[in-house]
Amino acid sequence: MAEPFSGTDTVQFRFRDDEAVDHAAVTVDAFLGQSNASAVRIEPGDDARALLPQIGQLRLVEVNFPSFMDGRGYSSARILREAGYTGELRAVGDVLIDQLNDLRRCGFDSFQPDQPLDAEDAARAFAVWPEVYQPAADARIPIWAKRHGH
Amino acid sequence: MKILTGNDLKTGAVTWWTGSDWSLHVDDAVDVGDEADEILAREQGARRVNAAYAIDAIRDANGVRPGHIKERIRALGPTVRPDLTLKPADPAAGNWVI
Amino acid sequence: MYRYDSYDQTMVDARVAEFRDQTRRRIDGKLTEDQFKPLRLQNGLYLQLHAYMLRVAVPYGTLSSAQMHALADIADKYDRGYGHFTTRQNIQYNWIKLEDAPDILADLAKVEMHAIQTSGNCIRNISSDQFAGAAADEVVDPRPYAELLRQWSSFHPEFLALPRKFKIAVIASETDRAAMRLHDIGVKIVRNAAGELGAAFYVGGGMGRTPMIGPLIREFVPLDQLITYSEACLRVYNRYGRRDNKYKARIKILVHELGADEYKRQVEEEFAHLLTLGIEPPLAELERIKTFFVDPPFEKSASDDLDRSDPDFALWVDRNCTPHKQPGYIAATISLKAVGGIPGDASAAQMHLMAELTERYSFDECRVTHAQNIVLPHVRKADLYALWQQLDEAGLATPNLDLIGDIIACPGLDYCSLANARSIPVAQKISQRFAETGKGDMLGELKLKISGCINACGHHHAGHIGILGVDKKGTENYQLLLGGSEGADTSLGKITGPGFDEDGIVAAVETAADVYLAQRQDGERFLDTYRRIGMEPFKEALYG
Repeated sequence: MAEPFSGTDTVQFRFRDDEAVDHAAVTVDAFLGQSNASAVRIEPGDDARALLPQIGQLRLVEVNFPSFMDGRGYSSARILREAGYTGELRAVGDVLIDQLNDLRRCGFDSFQPDQPLDAEDAARAFAVWPEVYQPAADARIPIWAKRHGH
Repeated sequence: MKILTGNDLKTGAVTWWTGSDWSLHVDDAVDVGDEADEILAREQGARRVNAAYAIDAIRDANGVRPGHIKERIRALGPTVRPDLTLKPADPAAGNWVI
Repeated sequence: MYRYDSYDQTMVDARVAEFRDQTRRRIDGKLTEDQFKPLRLQNGLYLQLHAYMLRVAVPYGTLSSAQMHALADIADKYDRGYGHFTTRQNIQYNWIKLEDAPDILADLAKVEMHAIQTSGNCIRNISSDQFAGAAADEVVDPRPYAELLRQWSSFHPEFLALPRKFKIAVIASETDRAAMRLHDIGVKIVRNAAGELGAAFYVGGGMGRTPMIGPLIREFVPLDQLITYSEACLRVYNRYGRRDNKYKARIKILVHELGADEYKRQVEEEFAHLLTLGIEPPLAELERIKTFFVDPPFEKSASDDLDRSDPDFALWVDRNCTPHKQPGYIAATISLKAVGGIPGDASAAQMHLMAELTERYSFDECRVTHAQNIVLPHVRKADLYALWQQLDEAGLATPNLDLIGDIIACPGLDYCSLANARSIPVAQKISQRFAETGKGDMLGELKLKISGCINACGHHHAGHIGILGVDKKGTENYQLLLGGSEGADTSLGKITGPGFDEDGIVAAVETAADVYLAQRQDGERFLDTYRRIGMEPFKEALYG
């Protein structure tokens, strides 16, 4: 998919206070070939680690979900957060209510679904887990840490 | 003939398209000709049926008989539990699926 | 056994609420079936041939009497008075209504049970050795490690949309009673030369249409890196497992296509990275879990004597009971394979009885086995006769463990929408035939496994004799396989040749059994004879 993708106007949920990047994200190939882009779009088959040498210049990474059943984007997101990426991480595409919480846990902080989501159902989905069993890319403290006073 | 089968969304029960509604009994099934896709889209959209599909069947003196054993078992119930089929009083009902 | 604390309870309760909301949205039309399907699957709810089917998790196969009673109550209240114990140590109900499913999950949560991740493209319920905690040959009880993995894998946000399902088994003895190497990950708890406990990882085994025996990926993962290593295995799979073809999406294909060495290299690289992140629970958490798996208060002076004067009882002891690590105790297997019965099915009344016997005779603990039977792991030998009498009265004392009548069978075309042929009637006919002729007793150990389609839920690849149901131009047809095994000597069965119809496959099994009886040498099991003489004599008898 070589077509640059844009559209901050359709971001439905954003958990950041900074100004959104106002220009289009480029493909991973285009990004690796030019040095000045600050927004990139990852497809499911792209290796997120290829971005790491230039991670410092990125302010927006879009991760595309052509189908909500394809979970590679979850790993891409965590890999970027684990490498210290603090810019916007946006889930775009077939993003549905019942994946919002998992996406959030993997480090996504903005959401651009193909179809607008019911705001009330989404709010419930983001808050679905009072506790978590494992650490992920969010700051939530896993149950085992609470059990042992960490 | 082409007939339609699916499951009731809420209960999961196997149902058959009668031309106006969904019945538990395969003998109520009607030939949908080439209208299968249209009916399926409409009925599933209205959530009157779930996971529905069209199959081949024949109608003979005994009623409607789906062409494949899988749908004949769907129509009757598990052959190993005659008590749970739609014909619990007929111990030989399972022979119909073969 | 493991008991929930308020955190565990909070999680299952939250899950019930989530699924109640999802079900509401499906019924209201806010979710399409395509969107809802993976959600219901991850709560164990399938749409099967006749109705919805609910698969309830039995973590590492362990149940208390209260839980077994609750399973019976669900069968009565929401289903049609029975359940089916599965080859992954779970139980499933065949006649569930979608609108009831949230209430069933709520009932389960009251007894610390759930149906979380019993289906779907995620990490499934973790299975283990049915004799864990009782077996004399175990290094340690494997279940605390399975529980640690259960908590890690539950709602793991990165691994809920994997290329395909993912099954983990954990064992801790040389004798593999859990078909560990036929799992996506087989974990074997071992001691290294220094006497420290750790885990050997076998990755990429499985059955299905491309059966593979999992290669050893790492000999020793220290216990304080168990979760981190598992996460590395999963991340490599999530990123690189094939998603272009559902039939090539299991991790076995990835490991096979990359080669075990290259897969291992990628895992080690990811592992080194993940180690820097501190995602591993502290060993104190493992110690906390272990406190739930300490030995029950065995009577130290319990007598090892057994009055074998009742020959029927003595036969059942010889066939269905297994030595225990504790003198004076024994592990008793309740066969759910009555002659002519439906393998793995139990009525609500039978479940209630098994629950009562569990409470009375086995320190309130029983196990589901992957061979679809129930084990009372800790029975005092002094109580064994009384236990047997009660089982016998209820038709639950069939003395056929590991004999030809102890058939593993998937639900097949009687219940399953994926099946190509019925499995249960074949199992029933075979068990009846061998009971009538008396040959079943002459054959000794002979593991017969039947699957109604290539997905191999009935483990046909791993049967000494395996049967695979196929669709031959709209009629049921059955292929015969010989030489499979799932134990320490894991091997995959080979197809004998052209398939048979239903009566033909029963006769073919009998023919194969006759070849063995004619050719066996002292002490040989069917499998041993097959391995010695090979396929030809069997082919000759079947087709010659």
